[in-house]
Amino acid sequence: MRLSGPAVIIRVIAGLALALLVLPLLGILLSAPWPRLPALLVAPATLQALGLSLLTALISTALCLLLGTPLAVVLARSVSWPVVPRRLLRAAVTIPLVLPPVVGGLALLLLLGRNGILGKYLAPIGVTIPFTTGAVVIAQTFVAMPFLVFAVEGALRGADRRVELAAASLGASPLRVFRTVTVPLVAPGIAAGAVLCFARALGEFGATITFAGSYPGITRTLPIASYLASQSDLNQSIALALVLLVVSVAVLLGLRDRWLPGVRG
Amino acid sequence: MRIRSLPIAAAAVAALALAGCSGAGSGTPAPSSTPDGLKGTVIVLAAASLTEVYGGLAAKFEKLHPGVSIIESFGGSSALAAQIVQGAPADLLATADEATMKTVADAGLAAQTPIVYATNVLTLVVPPANPAKVTEVAELANPAVKVALCDTAVPCGSAAVALLAAEKLTVTPVTLETDVKAVLTKVEVGEVDAGLVYVTDAHSAGGKVKQIAIPDAANVVNRYPIALLSGSADKAAAKAFEDFILSTTGLAALKAAGFGTP
Repeated sequence: MRLSGPAVIIRVIAGLALALLVLPLLGILLSAPWPRLPALLVAPATLQALGLSLLTALISTALCLLLGTPLAVVLARSVSWPVVPRRLLRAAVTIPLVLPPVVGGLALLLLLGRNGILGKYLAPIGVTIPFTTGAVVIAQTFVAMPFLVFAVEGALRGADRRVELAAASLGASPLRVFRTVTVPLVAPGIAAGAVLCFARALGEFGATITFAGSYPGITRTLPIASYLASQSDLNQSIALALVLLVVSVAVLLGLRDRWLPGVRG
Repeated sequence: MRIRSLPIAAAAVAALALAGCSGAGSGTPAPSSTPDGLKGTVIVLAAASLTEVYGGLAAKFEKLHPGVSIIESFGGSSALAAQIVQGAPADLLATADEATMKTVADAGLAAQTPIVYATNVLTLVVPPANPAKVTEVAELANPAVKVALCDTAVPCGSAAVALLAAEKLTVTPVTLETDVKAVLTKVEVGEVDAGLVYVTDAHSAGGKVKQIAIPDAANVVNRYPIALLSGSADKAAAKAFEDFILSTTGLAALKAAGFGTP
């Protein structure tokens, strides 16, 4: 098969893009301290950071599902809204995607910190959020939410509304329609969103270190442990990065193709 | 399914990235000829605790030598040393202790024996309102007092560990930060009750924190070395800036900021 000129150019550029995405990861694999790896991986500090990361990312994903799915429904229905509130809503959901996470962390600190706008009312009743595992979860939920909302919203928009209308015309209540028709219809979108959300939460660094700090076992997640280790023991840092990479890739591969955004199978 | 906003988000990310590139790359264009003939660009990696002094001295130096532009990057000494070992292009390195400098020298990346030109000691800082009513360093051991320290990976962290050991105190901090300025920020915004930072950081923070002197602080002294790097692309200009730091003007600025002499 002969490819036309433009097709060749597109493939070459696509190859470069793929190289940019994949080669750095290859760098981690090639420079990994393989002989020392088993010892580094079962080191208490590694396991502690991994456990904390998995726990917080799971809770964050659950929160994103709980809060983000209704938001996605509102966003999908907002097509009938006037243009200004519709765009404002969309922008608000997009912000965590484009905001530097450190700025997001600072914003959380100014809102929920001890002297924060809301936080100062929490402190007198004994609730302080910064430097707790809860703060890690809030930071992760903040940055990961858009991934879930957009995935679910896309699925909702792609779903055939006539099925819902048919169910309603046969006498199903709105709640029953949502539960038995809408949710199963967009389940692949919800699953894809949850996976992306989990992967993003797992890799969260900037907002976490700014809002939650870094203390072993409480707020020091895998990305933070890896960054700190990079300052003193690069091998340890690479080992931690490798764990993060393996967990992320495993989660993404666990999805069937048709559940990944952009691929309809 | 489609994610409709991704193109917009991607475009915004690209725009941010481009803005970042142009910001980092341009700097002040160096005039082609200058009174003293010295020209070029000097990249200085310096410890976070040197931010104010080096910033001020670089501006002075650029005024004296309009052909030279100084680009400074401040951070945790260990992170800077790791960057250099990983091949970051830089002309000068100034760390907050000798141990981190040694990792660069041991890797054969220093072009000279590092010169120790300043010292620093730790001090206790609290938010201006002093919410936990801390009056002395011993109170850091109280679990009710929220304390921020540097991580032991960075010089201010190893100094803090040494100091607390010398004071025979067991402190459980709420956070271990990656550089001393991060500790200072957590105290400034009042999210912790106390932190250990260098006296020079307390000095530069002015009224944003309240300083509580530690009587035996002088027992744990960090010695600040500087070294030209073998990867330097502009050795003449880099040497001139190093000489300027070590000149009477430079040393006076360090002294004014609270640094000691070795």
